[in-house]
Amino acid sequence: MDILNALVAFANFVLVPGTAYGAQLALGALGVTLIYGILRFSNFAHGDTMAFGTMFTVLITTAMQSAGISFGPMPTALLALPFAILCTMALVLATDRAVYRFYRKVKAAPVMLVIVSMGVMFVMNGAVRMFVGTDDRRFADGERFIITARDFKSMTGLSEGLAIRTTQAITVLVAIIVVAALFWFLNRTRTGKSMRAYADNEDLALLSGINPERVVTITWLIVAALATIAGTLYGLDKSFKPFIYMQLLLPIFASAIVGGLGSPLGAIAGGFVIAFSEVTLTYAFKKVVTYLVPETWAPEGLVQLLSTDYKFAVSFAILIIVLLFKPTGLFKGKSV
Amino acid sequence: MKKLLLATAATTLMAGASYADEIKLGLMLGFSGPAESLAPDMAGGVRAAAKEISDSGKFLDGTTVAIVEGDSTCTDAAVASSVAERMITSDGIVGLIGALCSGATGAALTNVAVPNGMVMFSPSATSPSLTTIEDNGLFFRASPSDARQGQVMAESLLEKGVMSAAVTYTNNDYGKGLADAFESSYTDLGGKVTINTSHEDGKADYSAEVGALASAGGDILVVVGYLDQGGPGIIRAALDTGAFDRFHLPDAMIGDTIEDRFGTEIEGATGQVPGSDSPGGELLVAIGEANGYNGTAPYAPESYDAGAMMLLAMQAAGSSDPQVYKDFVMGVANAPGEKIFPGELAKALDILASGGDIDYVGGTAAELIEPGEAAGSYREILVKDGKITTVGYR
Repeated sequence: MDILNALVAFANFVLVPGTAYGAQLALGALGVTLIYGILRFSNFAHGDTMAFGTMFTVLITTAMQSAGISFGPMPTALLALPFAILCTMALVLATDRAVYRFYRKVKAAPVMLVIVSMGVMFVMNGAVRMFVGTDDRRFADGERFIITARDFKSMTGLSEGLAIRTTQAITVLVAIIVVAALFWFLNRTRTGKSMRAYADNEDLALLSGINPERVVTITWLIVAALATIAGTLYGLDKSFKPFIYMQLLLPIFASAIVGGLGSPLGAIAGGFVIAFSEVTLTYAFKKVVTYLVPETWAPEGLVQLLSTDYKFAVSFAILIIVLLFKPTGLFKGKSV
Repeated sequence: MKKLLLATAATTLMAGASYADEIKLGLMLGFSGPAESLAPDMAGGVRAAAKEISDSGKFLDGTTVAIVEGDSTCTDAAVASSVAERMITSDGIVGLIGALCSGATGAALTNVAVPNGMVMFSPSATSPSLTTIEDNGLFFRASPSDARQGQVMAESLLEKGVMSAAVTYTNNDYGKGLADAFESSYTDLGGKVTINTSHEDGKADYSAEVGALASAGGDILVVVGYLDQGGPGIIRAALDTGAFDRFHLPDAMIGDTIEDRFGTEIEGATGQVPGSDSPGGELLVAIGEANGYNGTAPYAPESYDAGAMMLLAMQAAGSSDPQVYKDFVMGVANAPGEKIFPGELAKALDILASGGDIDYVGGTAAELIEPGEAAGSYREILVKDGKITTVGYR
């Protein structure tokens, strides 16, 4: 019984939130890694692209709600998501035409593009805050829980509860679907193959007749979709606050780099590595340990490695360790 | 030419004479910054008290009171100091009401008010550190120290039989001050604080913070946060994970937002806000309406009282010299003497002019304790049927 209680407490505070957070990071890191692999620069504007996409979702969701459209027990935001993706695609393509294309044409150094993307980041960040303000917004509706802590306790008779939010389950499901679709696209379709060829060797790809502008456009479209989905899932699960996405940039980049920049599989693994490191290193294991050890050994302290204030420091530390000892990341991406 | 010079001199003299019949009172609040929504009604309170005293014609042989306003901001110590400096050196104020936030108050007090020998009276600064600050008897506040709130909170929880509590506070002077004050009182009285940890405002997700709190355990979660910032996020995460279902909320967490967001979800949550059952609060409603502000808004009654007490102290001293009237503030605020409610300031001026004693009650049942801060009475609240209800005072 005590072992079960320990497991449930662990699942409730580490496993479930960690998995959802990992899925959100993985989707974000996929976008970063695609840009890096194909357009060959670190896109700092990615976090704010997510914010922009989520803002579209929020606005469309609000419009749908006031029009009386709902999605039963599911959040209305899922219905709004496809439209938001279209809006974000338009925005991202416009940004590419207005800003990035020029630097591509003059064959600017990657570091220059990084700085340019930072400029784009600030503009997008300001624009989002101008449009919807800086406040917290909750746009999740429908059924909030698949199982609440209280129901779980009365169902199982355990003294620990396990809560699974609808948004957490949706996050993981959507992430699986999106990742599967992306891999199918990259590995099985002609366009996907041409993208990988372009990423591997630009000159060779150009020689074999691949149209570079088309590859770039399709990359941006996929990235826009990924960013909107990742942002919306994060906002649904937590809450939407424009500034949060700028802070998310660090764990997202850490995920992409840990996994190996340019490697889609690495981005997913990196997302979960970062998410679980953050959550487990800052979790206070007192409760779990108390259940597992004999009563007299029960710890006095919190059994917490790091205070929760250091959550972001964890991704930084992992980032530095990986860059020092394995610059290509876990899945042999490009070295930074 | 001679005549002209004489005339000019005479006019200047006369102007000077009429000038002496008006004193200037500095009013320095955080009109911009994180507490800006409180400032207008607080300013209204001070202005109403000054106007009432000024219009009575009985203040210091018919002296009138003019208000000089300034924006001290809430967080920028340099701005607060320079505004106070300007008021004292170039506007020539004889007393300073302000500032709104504890940080700005402390900065203006040590950097400007004390070196210049100016009396400073804050309606709303609650940091415990202001109790022990070096002030040469020049600093007063109409609000109680959070050390007092921590004690009230500890007593109230123990009386309800809550023997262990987890505490999370917003990471700033206010949060840390109150959380520490609570922990020391609660521990002294026999309670156990399982964890006392901070949270940062403005995050989207507090599940990690709540995970640590839940692991430490406790009968109740004390959320020393802000209503529009991290506080609701902590409560939401605690409810979602089933970590806590009882909450205790101090002053900055009590408001309509909590009812709107959680309603019956936090049924049975307790808390306290500064307040009293004194009839003075009711009287301020009408005064507020007449002067165009909300008389019972947070800290508006304290502001009225701060203005009134400062001016009544001048009347008792018979002088508007800060070095003289600073010793009369405690006398007008406390017993013995005739009780003075809001709107009765003219009566108080009469009594003081004839050498009598007053006990200023005002809108907050003001009672000043050493070293010049409100003793503090609190309204205890309970969330019942999803609404914040008053259950008592202490």
